[in-house]
Amino acid sequence: MNTTTTTMPSQPLAPPNVARTSVRPRRSAWTPARIGIYAFLLVCAVFFLFPLYVMLITSVKPMEEIRLGNLFSLPVKVTLEPWAVAWSAACTGLQCEGIKGGFFNSIAIVVPSTILSILVGALNGYALSFWKPRGGTLLFGVLLMGAFVPYQVIMFPLVRAFAALSIFGTLPGIVLIHTIFGMPVMTLLFRNYYASIPNELFKAARIDGGGFWRIFLQLMLPMSLPILVVAVIMQVTGIWNDFILGLVFAGRDHLPMTVQLNNVINTTTGERLYNVNMAATVLTSLVPLFIYLVSGRWFVRGIAAGAVKG
Amino acid sequence: MSAAARPGSHWLRHGVVYAAMLPMLATVLFAYLGTVFWSVRVSVSSSRTLPSSDFVGMAQYTRLFASERWLLSLENVVVFGVIFIAACLVLGFLLAVFIDQKVAGEGVLRTVFLYPYAMSFVATGLIWQWVLNPELGIQSTVRALGFETFTFDWIATQDKVMYAIALAAVWQAAGLVMALMLAGLRGIDDSLWKAARIDGIPTWRVYMSIVLPMLGPSIGTAVVLLSVSVVKVYDVVVAMTQGGPGLASEVPGKFIMDNLFGRANIGLASAASTVLLLTVLALLAPWMYARARAARNGGHR
Repeated sequence: MNTTTTTMPSQPLAPPNVARTSVRPRRSAWTPARIGIYAFLLVCAVFFLFPLYVMLITSVKPMEEIRLGNLFSLPVKVTLEPWAVAWSAACTGLQCEGIKGGFFNSIAIVVPSTILSILVGALNGYALSFWKPRGGTLLFGVLLMGAFVPYQVIMFPLVRAFAALSIFGTLPGIVLIHTIFGMPVMTLLFRNYYASIPNELFKAARIDGGGFWRIFLQLMLPMSLPILVVAVIMQVTGIWNDFILGLVFAGRDHLPMTVQLNNVINTTTGERLYNVNMAATVLTSLVPLFIYLVSGRWFVRGIAAGAVKG
Repeated sequence: MSAAARPGSHWLRHGVVYAAMLPMLATVLFAYLGTVFWSVRVSVSSSRTLPSSDFVGMAQYTRLFASERWLLSLENVVVFGVIFIAACLVLGFLLAVFIDQKVAGEGVLRTVFLYPYAMSFVATGLIWQWVLNPELGIQSTVRALGFETFTFDWIATQDKVMYAIALAAVWQAAGLVMALMLAGLRGIDDSLWKAARIDGIPTWRVYMSIVLPMLGPSIGTAVVLLSVSVVKVYDVVVAMTQGGPGLASEVPGKFIMDNLFGRANIGLASAASTVLLLTVLALLAPWMYARARAARNGGHR
């Protein structure tokens, strides 16, 4: 994001600005202006919430009610069957196994990819910040440019390289891909975090005889807890929501949930079961939504620190 | 740390550091630089199913820009991008400003405006595909209320389908702009507001003439992030319309994927991705230049 300065505009270490309540124009009584403000916010809240509402109620309606064509009406008869079908019986082409396979595939992809990409990012950031290897700034600059390169540009050569290494379409292959594509942002995140740690601390550890790995593992990593949390949130949601990389690199046996969801909905033949489709969409979105609701401000911090991912 | 004192000992003493940097070096050299070089090279060859090493000059580019499908996808992505970026900026800015008026339930509102950003583009596309479905979605619901001529069939209309996709994408990403702007607003010193109040300047005037220019860097960052996501847009289109109706919502990102994996046209796809890459660089260059300049000025102060 920033190749010439050592700090980011928004240091991940600093308390998020949003947390502070402002002393903006005084709170006044119910003037027309105040009513206007609330009206605007309310209308916007409805715009943002109604798709969620429609998705949820559609997923518990029987098809007969859906065919009546009232998108917003509450279900007369609540049924959980669409959820069960979506989970374990919905069809993609000839296979009718639901999207539960995709759920476990996504977990199998997300867990190692998150750990590996964060470890590599932390290591890069640590080495760049404290050991300042020759050419490190240049290397980091080129890496950051990589964050902006559209996937489509570098995808095909990687497919061929992975095929040559016979890891194309395997679990290690997709994990490696996520590590490669996550590296710019993860490195940036940790480099900026370590830049905010006083260098004296590092020097003291050096004088005490700490080597490269020992300082990293026993001093810096344990100190990185706040940024580790941000990194985990970013990587888990980002990798869970990935579609294009999973589609190309994961191979038929490891297709992530997003790809299976799209297959269930967009490749069905015969009558489209909208309730099942929406149940499958809810199921696929549960993990990132849960993380978002639980993590709150940490999620916003990740946006500020790593919005570069786009 | 006197590596300079003893020449040659630097590499030896810091071998472990360089060893630790190897994954990063390999990624930069092979995964980023190498692949870009490869793509550019293939774009000037006659490759179809397999890459070939001949040289055909700009033939693939000529072919590319003679392809109606490509030209259509460029037109679509421009329409989509202009609407998407403008709407995200306006909506995100307004949300941030209005939330910043000491409103009740600020935390809840922020959560509501940002949650779509946690969802995938695929889920976003699928939800909106359902909401906008002409037979059973908003259109039929409003018609059932008695407005029988009500029409809202963007998703099924060739010349409006890009608006539908932009609508879904704005829903997903406007909260991001709000979060960026809100952070910027909260960073503005309160003395500005006191001074403005003493001078009797109306609040909206302060926002338009003082606050908006002060948010310049936040706006710049938001524009760059949104633009880059516009250039590579793929998931939401595939999920929402699969490029249809007909080819009406074809976009460059999808054009490349189809030619790489569906139609065995590697040379053409590589030419298209080179164009995409140059577009991204053109978008990034002014932003990076501005940031570098700001950083340098800041350093001299």
